[in-house]
Amino acid sequence: MIEPNRQGEVWVFAEQEDGSLHDVSLELCEKARDLADRLGVRMAALLPGWNVRELSYRLIAHGADRVYCVHDTRLEHYRTLPYARVVCRLIQKYRPQIVMYGATPLGRDLAPRVASEMKAGLTADCTDLEIGDYTDPRSKKVHRNLLLQIRPAFGGNIIATIVNHDWWPQMATVREGVMRMGPGDPRRRGEIVDEKVELDDLDAAVRLIERHREPRKVNLKAARVIVAGGAGVGSRENFRLIHELAGAIGGAVGASRAAVDSGFIGKEHQIGQTGTTVRPALYIACGISGAVQHRAGMEESAKIIAINWDREAPIFSVAHYGIVGDLAKVIPMMIKAIKERGSSADVRPS
Amino acid sequence: MPYDCVVCVKQVPDTANITGEAMKADGTVNRAALPAIFNPEDLNALEVALDVRDHHGGTVTALTMGPLSACEVLRECLYRGADRAILITDRRAAGSDTLATSYILSCAIRTIGRYDLVLCGRQAIDGDTAQVGPQLAEKLGLPQITYFERFIEIGPARSPGPRGGGPVVRVRRNVGNGWEVLEARLPLLLTVLDTANEPRPPAARRVMRFKRARALDEVAREVAADMPDASAAQREVEQARRIERLKMQGLLIEQWNLDDIRADPSRCGIAGSPTKVHRIQSIVLKKEGYTDVPPTEEGIRKMIQELVVDHTIG
Repeated sequence: MIEPNRQGEVWVFAEQEDGSLHDVSLELCEKARDLADRLGVRMAALLPGWNVRELSYRLIAHGADRVYCVHDTRLEHYRTLPYARVVCRLIQKYRPQIVMYGATPLGRDLAPRVASEMKAGLTADCTDLEIGDYTDPRSKKVHRNLLLQIRPAFGGNIIATIVNHDWWPQMATVREGVMRMGPGDPRRRGEIVDEKVELDDLDAAVRLIERHREPRKVNLKAARVIVAGGAGVGSRENFRLIHELAGAIGGAVGASRAAVDSGFIGKEHQIGQTGTTVRPALYIACGISGAVQHRAGMEESAKIIAINWDREAPIFSVAHYGIVGDLAKVIPMMIKAIKERGSSADVRPS
Repeated sequence: MPYDCVVCVKQVPDTANITGEAMKADGTVNRAALPAIFNPEDLNALEVALDVRDHHGGTVTALTMGPLSACEVLRECLYRGADRAILITDRRAAGSDTLATSYILSCAIRTIGRYDLVLCGRQAIDGDTAQVGPQLAEKLGLPQITYFERFIEIGPARSPGPRGGGPVVRVRRNVGNGWEVLEARLPLLLTVLDTANEPRPPAARRVMRFKRARALDEVAREVAADMPDASAAQREVEQARRIERLKMQGLLIEQWNLDDIRADPSRCGIAGSPTKVHRIQSIVLKKEGYTDVPPTEEGIRKMIQELVVDHTIG
């Protein structure tokens, strides 16, 4: 553990694979930028790899003041021990106050290893991060400006806010797509700091023999939000509405079998008994009547919004929110409400 | 050659079946009404260990930390073929987060002493953190391979050399958008995915035998219930007699406290946990019916705000 360090930077572990950055790292940079501004400290990204220095500019465009680059051929492909060594050594050297990781398979392998070595707290799969105060219920001591780590727990039935007030750094993993990502500002300036970390003694422990990566495709299972269209969408052209809503909310596009069979969208998007079974945080069913085969593939979603003309459609039996109406009108209203959600939350009733 | 495996298992509330009595009138979760189950992916980890032993020889030790009721998952391990079952139970361990839990498990595994493979399920369904496995590996100074799918090869080192002479395994792990094969020397920690295998059901003959397996405190409770009018001394004698008999029959679940595993109490429980719960909000679940949202700008804006407030969307 490191002692609380109020001047410490806010860090993001920058995940890259085969020379490209993972989106979640850029999303986290923007969140970390906000947190660092609230704390009045620098925001930095930590970028281990081989021949990845040029990725620093994207991290800077998305908010980093500094990028710590660690170049080593042994960091070309992720392996737990060398990566954990790099992160731990740099934490010890720079004493950041917050370190964030994407809750990807890599981040979920790396972050707990680092947390254990550093004896630091770690909260998995946060859905939000804020800065706030915490009063210790026993000592009544007030800890100011801590990282509030907000996450669902207990199978998604409760929301817990976790803090870590003395075993620093404060660390969290965050799922892909939870934080919003803007376009980035290529004119932003930042500093690239090259670092070296001794890895010789670790090289023998685990060897990578073979690796295979699927081209990135529709990953419905990992999506936190899914916007799905059915026969009620009407045509391939109208399906653009579904894509637009998914784009606005940062979700994946799904479809019912009827929509796939009608040629509105490819089969890889199909959800249901014969397609993919999903349980996202939010499922928006647009023009889907909700045959039992479809419901079987999505009814365990934490929240379901159903939009349909037909008030009697069976999809409403599993919905948490039901909107009876015309997709062509309702979806643009939803996109508008989503885009305005940040500003309207701050508006107080007069 | 034989391999000694330690499998870490956890008893968890069945968070997947929150319906009916598990819901309170206000729509929040009634934890007490939730059945306790064997954490699903821990069964996959147990199956990997049993399979290794069945093919190569060795032993399978099931280890759990929890209240006395966690003996139930240890008996489940015995029904499926585990050779030995150990319960770590201690009030000072209550409130442990993943860091403290991994520390306690590491002390227990050091006490066990001999192990080639330490296995955990990928994650537990009550917390979904997937942290204890990697943290335990670090505490034991072992390499880790998470998201285990299967062994490609288990065997002695082909060429002793700089990599040493210990047995070497090749493991295929699933990383979501692909897979990789890693080679590592034992001892090693694995976290196992639910797609790794089909866990075997309990064996009827073993159920008949091991349903009588008991830990020390379970025996004490039973003696107290069976001999309500006896003196403390009489109960103690009876308890010792029953323990001795269980031991001879190979039916004693070993019960360890923090002192037995030489754990530093300041690193356990709430004292040893960096993360503190600041607040908890229950999400109100509706058993039936839905919120009827009018197809108007105002109605939709209100719905989106609700979803922002409950963190469904960022």
